[in-house]
Amino acid sequence: MFEDFIYVLTKYDVWLWRGFLLTAQLLVISVAFGTVLAIPLAVARVSKKVWIQAVPFAFIYMFRGTPLIGQLFMMYYGVGQLVANIDGIQDHWTWTYLRDPYWYCLLTFVLNTAAYVAEIMRGGIQNVPSGEIEAARACGMTPFTTYRRIIFPRMWQMIWPAYTNDVIFTLKATSLASTVTLIELTGAARKIVARTALPYEAFISAGLIYLIIVYVLTLGFKMIERYLRRSEKRKDKLPGKIKPMGV
Amino acid sequence: MFDLYGRGWQMLEGGFVTIQLCLSVLPFMIIIGLLGASAKLSSFRLLRIIGESYTVIIRGIPELLVILLIYFGGTIAIQNLAEWLSGEETRVDIPAFWSGVAALALVQGAFASEVFRAAIQSIPVGQIEAATACGMTPRQIFLRIKLPQLWRFALPGLNNLFQVLIKDTALISVVGVEEIMRKAAIGAGTEKAPFTFYLVAMLMFLAFTTISLFVFNRLEKRAARGIARA
Repeated sequence: MFEDFIYVLTKYDVWLWRGFLLTAQLLVISVAFGTVLAIPLAVARVSKKVWIQAVPFAFIYMFRGTPLIGQLFMMYYGVGQLVANIDGIQDHWTWTYLRDPYWYCLLTFVLNTAAYVAEIMRGGIQNVPSGEIEAARACGMTPFTTYRRIIFPRMWQMIWPAYTNDVIFTLKATSLASTVTLIELTGAARKIVARTALPYEAFISAGLIYLIIVYVLTLGFKMIERYLRRSEKRKDKLPGKIKPMGV
Repeated sequence: MFDLYGRGWQMLEGGFVTIQLCLSVLPFMIIIGLLGASAKLSSFRLLRIIGESYTVIIRGIPELLVILLIYFGGTIAIQNLAEWLSGEETRVDIPAFWSGVAALALVQGAFASEVFRAAIQSIPVGQIEAATACGMTPRQIFLRIKLPQLWRFALPGLNNLFQVLIKDTALISVVGVEEIMRKAAIGAGTEKAPFTFYLVAMLMFLAFTTISLFVFNRLEKRAARGIARA
C-alpha cells in the first residue's frame, strides 16, 4: 500500500511537479484576467439603463447556466474548427497558437471566471450603503472618482470571502484542462494511472497536492482579508451579507 | 434551425440520462448532507472532526478527480473484494452511471451538509427550549420542530447546489456515461460539426438550469407562506 505511494511519488515526481506548475499557471492567469474583465461587466450590470445591463446579464447568465466542460469543448472543438476552416490559416504564422489547446483553455477559464466574479461584484456594489454614495456625490466627486475611492474599496471588503471561494472554484475548474489533452495536475495523475494502473495512489497524490494549494490560498486570502478590514473596529461582524455564488 | 443530421433524438435521449443522473443524486445528496450536518453539530468531538474534515477535503479536490478516483478505484476495490469472497479470479464492472452518481453524491453531500448546518442553526433557540420544556425527546424535537422548518432555511442554498449539480453531471461524460455532453461529442465527431452539436448541448443545459431555478423559486415562495414579511 504505502510502497506504491512512495513509488508513485518518487518515480513520477517530475510529472506531478510539471502538472502542478501548469495548474498554478492556469489558475493565476485565469483569476488575474478574469477579475480585470469582471470589473467593467459588474459596473455595466448595475447600470440603471436596461440596454447597458442586458449585455453583461446575458453573458453572465450563459456562462453560469452551462457546464464549464461544455464551454471548453465548444471553444476548443467548435470554435477551433471554425478557425481551422478559414482559408490559408494553416500556413499563417499564428496557426501554431490557434491549434494549441492551451490558449482555448485559458480563454474559456478567463471568460468563465469573469462571469462568476462579475456576479459576486454586482452583489458587492449593490450592498454599498447608499448614504456613502450620496455623501461622495455631495462632496462633488465624479462618478469615476466615486467608484475609485468609495465603491470599489467597500466592494472588495464585502466580497472578499466569496471571492476567495471563487478562486478555489477556479482552481478546481483547471482540472478540466486534462480533458483537452493538457497535462496539468489531474492530467498528470491520469497519465500515471495509464502507465502504472495504480489509480488510488496517483489520484490521491494529486488530491493531496490540490489540498495543499487550497490550504496555502486560504491562508494568503485570510491575510489579505485582515488587511482589507484594518479600519473596522469590530472584526467579528461582516458589514454586509452576500450569498456565496456557485460554491 | 440546427442541422443535427438526424441525431436530434439521441440528444434528447442524452437529456433524459442527464435528468436521471440529477434525480438519482438528489436523495443521496440530501441524506449525506443531513448526516454531515448532524455530525458537525454533534456533541461528540470525534464526529465533529470527521464532519469538518469531510467538507474540507471535498471542498479542495476537483470534482473530476473524485469521479475518476471512484470510477477507476472503485472497480478495483470491488473486484478485490469479490475475489477475496469467492476465492477465484472474477471480473467486475461497476456501471459508469452509478459510480458517477456515487461521486457526485459524495461531492454535493459535503456542500449540502454546510447548507443544512446553517439552516439548523437559524432555527430560533427559544423554540427548541420550548420543545424541551414540553418534554420532547431530542428525536421528537428533530422531527417535529427542526425538520419542518429546515426546508425554508435550506432551500436557497439547495437551489444553488442543484444548479451546480446539473452542471457537474456533464463531467460524468468523461467516464463514458451517454448523457448530453457525451452524445454531443459523439455527434460532433461522426458528423464533423462540433460547433452545432456543442451549441445544442449548451442550450439544453441552459434550459435545465433555468427550469430548476424557476421550480426552486416557486418552492421557496411556498415554503415561506405564512411567514410575515419584514
